[in-house]
Amino acid sequence: MNATLTVIEGEKPAYVATRNACKLCSPLGACLAIRGIEGALPFLHGSQGCATYMRRYLISHFKEPMDIAASNFSETATIFGGGDNLRTGLRNVTQQYHPSLIGVATTCLCETIGEDVALLLREYEESSGDRRKDTPALVHISTPSYRGTHRDGFHAAVRAVVGGLAEDGARADHINVFPGMISPADLRYLKEIFDDFGAAIVLLPDYSETLDGPAAAHYQKIPAGGTSLAAIRSTGCAQATLELGRTIGASASAGALLSERFGVRCHRLGLPIGVRETDRLFEVVETLTGRATPQRHQLERGRLIDSYVDGHKYLFGKRAVVYGEEDLVVGLAAFLSEVGVVPVLCASGGESGALAQSIRQVTQDCAGEVAVREGADFMSIAEVAATLAPDFLIGNSKGQALARQLGIPLVRVGFPIHDRLGGPRILHLGYRGTQQLFDRVVNTLIERKQEASPVGYSYM
Amino acid sequence: MTKILEGRERQVYRKGGEPYQLECDKPSLAGSVSQRACVFCGSRVVLYPIADALHLVHGPIGCAAYTWDIRGALSSGPQLHRLSFSTDLREMDVIQGGEKKLYAALCQLIDAHQPKAAFVYATCIVGIIGDDVDAVCKRIGQEKGIPVLPVHSEGFKGTKKDGYRAACDALFQLIGTVPTQGITPPSLNILGDFNLAGEIWIIREYFRRMGVQVVSCISGDGRVDDIRRAHGAALNLVQCSGSMMHLAKRLKETYGTPFLRVSYFGVEDMAQALYDVARFFNDPALLERTQALVKAELDAILPQIERYRQVLAGRSAAIYVGGAFKAFSLVRALRLLGMRTLLVGSQTGTGEDYEQLRELCDEGTIIVDDSNPLELASFLRETQVDLFIGGVKERPIAYKLGVGFCDHNHERKEALAGFAGMVNFAREVHATVMSPVWKLTPRYARLRAGEERLA
Repeated sequence: MNATLTVIEGEKPAYVATRNACKLCSPLGACLAIRGIEGALPFLHGSQGCATYMRRYLISHFKEPMDIAASNFSETATIFGGGDNLRTGLRNVTQQYHPSLIGVATTCLCETIGEDVALLLREYEESSGDRRKDTPALVHISTPSYRGTHRDGFHAAVRAVVGGLAEDGARADHINVFPGMISPADLRYLKEIFDDFGAAIVLLPDYSETLDGPAAAHYQKIPAGGTSLAAIRSTGCAQATLELGRTIGASASAGALLSERFGVRCHRLGLPIGVRETDRLFEVVETLTGRATPQRHQLERGRLIDSYVDGHKYLFGKRAVVYGEEDLVVGLAAFLSEVGVVPVLCASGGESGALAQSIRQVTQDCAGEVAVREGADFMSIAEVAATLAPDFLIGNSKGQALARQLGIPLVRVGFPIHDRLGGPRILHLGYRGTQQLFDRVVNTLIERKQEASPVGYSYM
Repeated sequence: MTKILEGRERQVYRKGGEPYQLECDKPSLAGSVSQRACVFCGSRVVLYPIADALHLVHGPIGCAAYTWDIRGALSSGPQLHRLSFSTDLREMDVIQGGEKKLYAALCQLIDAHQPKAAFVYATCIVGIIGDDVDAVCKRIGQEKGIPVLPVHSEGFKGTKKDGYRAACDALFQLIGTVPTQGITPPSLNILGDFNLAGEIWIIREYFRRMGVQVVSCISGDGRVDDIRRAHGAALNLVQCSGSMMHLAKRLKETYGTPFLRVSYFGVEDMAQALYDVARFFNDPALLERTQALVKAELDAILPQIERYRQVLAGRSAAIYVGGAFKAFSLVRALRLLGMRTLLVGSQTGTGEDYEQLRELCDEGTIIVDDSNPLELASFLRETQVDLFIGGVKERPIAYKLGVGFCDHNHERKEALAGFAGMVNFAREVHATVMSPVWKLTPRYARLRAGEERLA
């Protein structure tokens, strides 16, 4: 029995085609982030298809209207530049949607032809003249899909919005919270935590309502909710920033930008999944607010540990394949390793260069070998997984085919969940989210055992 | 009344109220949030169901990722079409060109999966960085001994229809490349059915019972070797004419194969399609078999349809689909259920299609080309329909507003074609229209309070 942890990074192989990608292109992440800003509309400078495909992909997860505008490049625009299309597009969406902000994300097409989008947007704003007060704030997000993944696009959007709007001012008490790509349920829960501490926060983005809204009598052009522009402006004078995600590079981080430009201290934590990673979050919040963790959260923590004990034997030594965006993978690996599951393969389509190091930091409890793969696709995950005898997969619904092939269960988490209802309502974070994850993981394995029994049984 | 974006006024028509002059076939307005996709999408949907071909998307990762296992196009054998392959171009490739990666990717994938042919989809930037996709395909084709076909589907080079055309051109290259022995008249190719939820199996079974040989299915449950000998069939049967007409016309020009436009949705159109085939072959015995088939099928389903009709009669519907030809069938199928169509539209209908729709529809029906979410939501409010028929992007608009919805899209799991499909359709319409959940929605409360009125 190997009692120590070994993290083994895969060698970067010679070029192979990407087969069943474990990533999406960066503009999708930017669109998602923009949908978490009050009154904001995402706008893609490129072909019509990009917007439609991303809308379709996001709708299939969120089951919500998902309006993303596009400048609808034609062949002429590609040859002579898409400035006219951009201007017409901005005018048309402004007239129809009256947005407070338009996040203009680029695509591979407009980046490849070398379109100077920042300049075009400046000219557009200047040419608005008297109408300027009716002109929405314009934010340019560079997201060529040949660079990075959807999560990089997500962070690029947050950074671009903060970079464009944040203002200096007298230091205030509020805390900036940049949570990364998490579910609407996670966002609601984070707000609840800070509320219970009596802390004012700017949560950016916040699509907890815009992408998980109630049934409506009227079609809301832009659904209610989201981070207000005033709140985003105030991020420059916050007392501190909390940024979730161990693998975000400084150049991609909105927290780093605020720290450099306005001296707002940035606390970078992992996604709080599992007791230890969540403890780190609560410790920082205690320090920032000067208050002790409210009792209801202490109780949730206590119940979580109590259930860990109740279920530990079903999990010890079990082997999991974990995949998805880097920070989610790190968070899940932290959680799994503290309950005795070996995350035998931690894979991401992203190539942050920080995955193995981050996994090492959070899996110290783990005994066994952990293979880490950056730049992975589902076929390479399948190839490695086939040699590892995993007991289950944990990740988004795109692992469904692999789970079927391996004949093992898939615990659905993260984004996207295309083959089930309720993806936006999955809670992953904190003591409460970990509790739900824990129960699902244990019960998945128990159910498996029960089903495999020739006679069945009525008690665990 | 719904506010229409400037420049789109003439793409909306209300039957009866104004002289007919609907405009269509236009590029989508910038910023209009069109429900359309792009050239690549057009090509990808047409070729996707060919199950023993390799489909390689040449470009950055997005286009391949968003089309992975995207359709419910079933295969009775190989499942290669359901995998997603991309050259996954990066920044350096944009600068230095992607031909080397394309070549390497094709070599690996052909060796690993042994496909009968390969389709290589050129996406937006491939056209700009100047990769000679044709040359790479030709070289690999020679080296590996299978057809390797470039599909020029750069997203910006037109609309979805141009993508259909590019796909048809690739298919045309494949057809006529093997001998045609073993084909006996009467025979036909099925064009433009994608075997969603197994629909083409229903249709094939009808032709088997009629005694008509199906040479190839293009492209539902498609096989490369069948398609290669498609020129041996006596007739091309074209559904989804928007996507497949170009191929049918080319086959007629080159091989003299006549074609018929048909639809397999709804009882009338399905029966019509089978009779059209029987009459084409001008064989009394075949016609008799067809009559017997239609009678047997109708006897089996009409009592069931009648039960649904009794509940659904008087209800109303809106339709927004990709191609207009499907909309005709849906209007008729809804009529069979006693339902009125108050709004009908499509992404890519032609002038001829819309003219035909106008003739088919009742007074007051709104006809719309290339609509968008705001318009559609507004039309739903204006018409207060009980049912919306559309695809993935339309579904949340209906649901959010408390309107029933029937998926007539490409990921559906219920077969809606054929006589049996009509029963499934009626069942699905019934399930959504009659669900008790609507009574809990804000729209229902407003209707009860008289704040909104049913049309």
